[in-house]
Amino acid sequence: MGYPQYMRDSIAKVEATRPRRLQETFPMLTAQEKQALLEKFHPDYIREAMRELRVGPNKGTRTPHELADLLEARPVLDPKAVNLDNVDYETDVLIIGGGGAGSAAAIKAREAGAKVIMATKLRHGDANTMMAQGGIQAADKENDSPAIHYLDVMGGGGFTNDPDLVEALVKDAPLVIQWLESLGCMFDKQPDGTMITIHGGGTSRKRMHSARDYSGAEIMRTLRDEVRSWPEDIRVIEFAPAVELLMDTNGRVAGAVLMNLETNEYLVVKAKCTIIATGGSGRLHYQNYPTTNHYGATGDGLVMAYRVGARLAFIDTMQYHPTGAAFPEQIVGLLVTEKVRGLGAQVVNIDGEQFVFPRETRDAESAAIIRECVERGKGVTTPSGIQGVWLDSPMIEIIHGPGTVQKELPAMVRQFGRFGIDITKEPMLVYPTLHYQNGGIAIKPDCTTDIPGLYVAGEASGGVHGRNRLMGNSLLDVCVFGRRAGITVGQHFREVTLGKLTLSHLDRWEKELKDAGLDPKVCAPILLPDYTRRKGV
Amino acid sequence: MADQELIPIYIMNKQYLVPPTLTIMRALEYAGYKLIRGVGCRAGFCGACATVYRTAGDYRLKIGLACATLVEPEMYLAQIPFFPAPRAQYHLEELKPDMSALLKTYPEVLRCLSCGTCTKVCPQDIDVKDYMAEAMRGNIAGVADKSFDCIMCGLCAARCPAEEKQYQIAILCRRLYGKYLAPRAEHLHKRVQEIMDGKHDAELIRFKTMSKDELKKAYYERDIEPE
Ligand SMILES: Cc1cc2nc3c(=O)[nH]c(=O)nc-3n(C[C@H](O)[C@H](O)[C@H](O)COP(=O)(O)OP(=O)(O)OC[C@H]3O[C@@H](n4cnc5c(N)ncnc54)[C@H](O)[C@@H]3O)c2cc1C
Ligand code: FES
Repeated sequence: MGYPQYMRDSIAKVEATRPRRLQETFPMLTAQEKQALLEKFHPDYIREAMRELRVGPNKGTRTPHELADLLEARPVLDPKAVNLDNVDYETDVLIIGGGGAGSAAAIKAREAGAKVIMATKLRHGDANTMMAQGGIQAADKENDSPAIHYLDVMGGGGFTNDPDLVEALVKDAPLVIQWLESLGCMFDKQPDGTMITIHGGGTSRKRMHSARDYSGAEIMRTLRDEVRSWPEDIRVIEFAPAVELLMDTNGRVAGAVLMNLETNEYLVVKAKCTIIATGGSGRLHYQNYPTTNHYGATGDGLVMAYRVGARLAFIDTMQYHPTGAAFPEQIVGLLVTEKVRGLGAQVVNIDGEQFVFPRETRDAESAAIIRECVERGKGVTTPSGIQGVWLDSPMIEIIHGPGTVQKELPAMVRQFGRFGIDITKEPMLVYPTLHYQNGGIAIKPDCTTDIPGLYVAGEASGGVHGRNRLMGNSLLDVCVFGRRAGITVGQHFREVTLGKLTLSHLDRWEKELKDAGLDPKVCAPILLPDYTRRKGV
Repeated sequence: MADQELIPIYIMNKQYLVPPTLTIMRALEYAGYKLIRGVGCRAGFCGACATVYRTAGDYRLKIGLACATLVEPEMYLAQIPFFPAPRAQYHLEELKPDMSALLKTYPEVLRCLSCGTCTKVCPQDIDVKDYMAEAMRGNIAGVADKSFDCIMCGLCAARCPAEEKQYQIAILCRRLYGKYLAPRAEHLHKRVQEIMDGKHDAELIRFKTMSKDELKKAYYERDIEPE
């Protein structure tokens, strides 16, 4: 295995230009250049890929067809198939989703005295949080401040972000790092305890904290272990995704119907407060892109929240990570962490020449790579017919010394090493991949939504990142707003008295579909993608 | 797939023909399984997809992550989506970062035979035996460092003749290290205090109340910390 000869020929050019490139960095885009580039090459700007929603609170909002199909779909659940008088579990707080946001919320809600049920689709921790490699941002160094972080976040999001959410994000950030450490997270540090922090795309200060390149795994497994410390208060139900939210007769969200994935049996969970922490939707493969996301990232939370009338924000923008693996075939679409560029690796074309500043914001970096391949024809075509450009990882060994790649990027070394590619010596071939759902359910800084009883945190929420999230701000988002959701429900749950449970919102939904002249064949949430006999996932 | 030869593999002893370029996970799907168990991240990070297999003519039992291992002809495979190795019940604040913590939670740690079966099966190539030796010496920092890349797939525990739960011991040690032993980041605690004292509010409010154009200007003119 490893690279075929013709690809090696291109690598030889990359090696030849390397000494020169070590002395020079491609200039950053100006605001005007960036806008023009995005409009021409970023997938969000492809008009045919989206359509206006025809029903629901976001009627008239544009979103990719794949998501629109699910938001306009019929329920999976037949209301007649469940008896709401027969409640299987009753609890103060139901958390839907066992990733970082759900786990942080569970810990905080328990601390406030709530009994918690966490329902999750796969195992607790099988989630996008587990896969994050690069790191988590927090302005905790002398030359940095929450205000500078604020400016970076707003600029990264195209100045469209909700300022109140961003304020919460950057102000809580150092607190979150301190909290994670108190739970036992091992961050990368100097011998004197100083956090090792580096740049990420769009940062003006080095504020990316990491735990080798298992940053998300370190956070996820620590939070999970903490949740497991409290089995009397937090009950985790795995392989039991929510398929529909429940309401009460006062118009409050009052729990959910879960489905046991193995027996297909429905479970009724009645809860005073319900937190959606279901993460993203990469497995919907917008515009046929491969994805970095875990198997359960199918946008279920958005679908369920939409049906009870919650408003969505920024659902017309998805994040395409500039560096998904393009070779070998077995790992196409999987993430090559931005930390590779953070450590100094450049992005170069088939001739070994730079064509973009290596740390533009992700939208611009992706658009530049697409332009290089599609318009300029300067990409390398793999044996299976996809294009890519080189990410010159061996530069890191020259800049920071031999052994750096192994030490800083063990997961990447392992990922490629399994297929005979040594990234300490050879570059990686990369192309943009579907990575992150920039938008989601609109929230306020305390994670409340338009609908009483419904709270949202993490990638399922929308507003904090505006139209483009910066690296390291999502792990942060997940911890900041996961904690906030837990704290908020901890304050609310004692005051709630629920009315009678109902699924009447599904009847209303059917009527709304009918009134709009729609007769969808699709049922949602889809829970899992179907890859049986499908090629090239 | 017509131009490609299919190879026979055996999923729980039933033969299927699959393309040789697939990972075990994709081969299972190609064979028609819609996976529920034994799949998570699909990228080698979550440990959901531990798989054991043998190949024809080889006596050895092999292991791999289904999402990161290529199929081979005549591969006999089964997934181990779950292995009972529950975490001990503890609260981190009640433990001290030394041998006493391990003896309280996983006293069987001392039964380790140092046979090295765990090291042989680890799909992350971690020297599990070595960190277990550190554990037996009560060296929490050693276990934390050497086990860091663990994805908790559970294969070590599944194969251990001494019935250890290595990966559970490892995460306990990492958490103890992170909480109690790692050198303290003074700048972090200082910043948290400043924020609590409201020292950063004024600067934040200044940016928050700027017009969009002013904010843009501030953004494009901001200085960037050099590499
Ligand atoms: C490969 C990769 C690398 C990344 N790297 C970084 C990085 O370096 N820095 C950074 O800041 N961010 C990074 N991100 C983004 C970040 O990791 C995620 O956005 C974030 O962790 C999402 O957390 P979450 O808790 O909202 O969702 P998740 O962690 O995805 O958790 C969602 C959970 O909900 C469950 N679920 C879904 N539907 C249902 C349902 N119907 N019922 C019950 N449960 C359900 C899922 O199975 C899962 O357990 C990365 C993401 C990926 C995929
Ligand atoms: S599916 Fe997560 S490690 Fe294989």
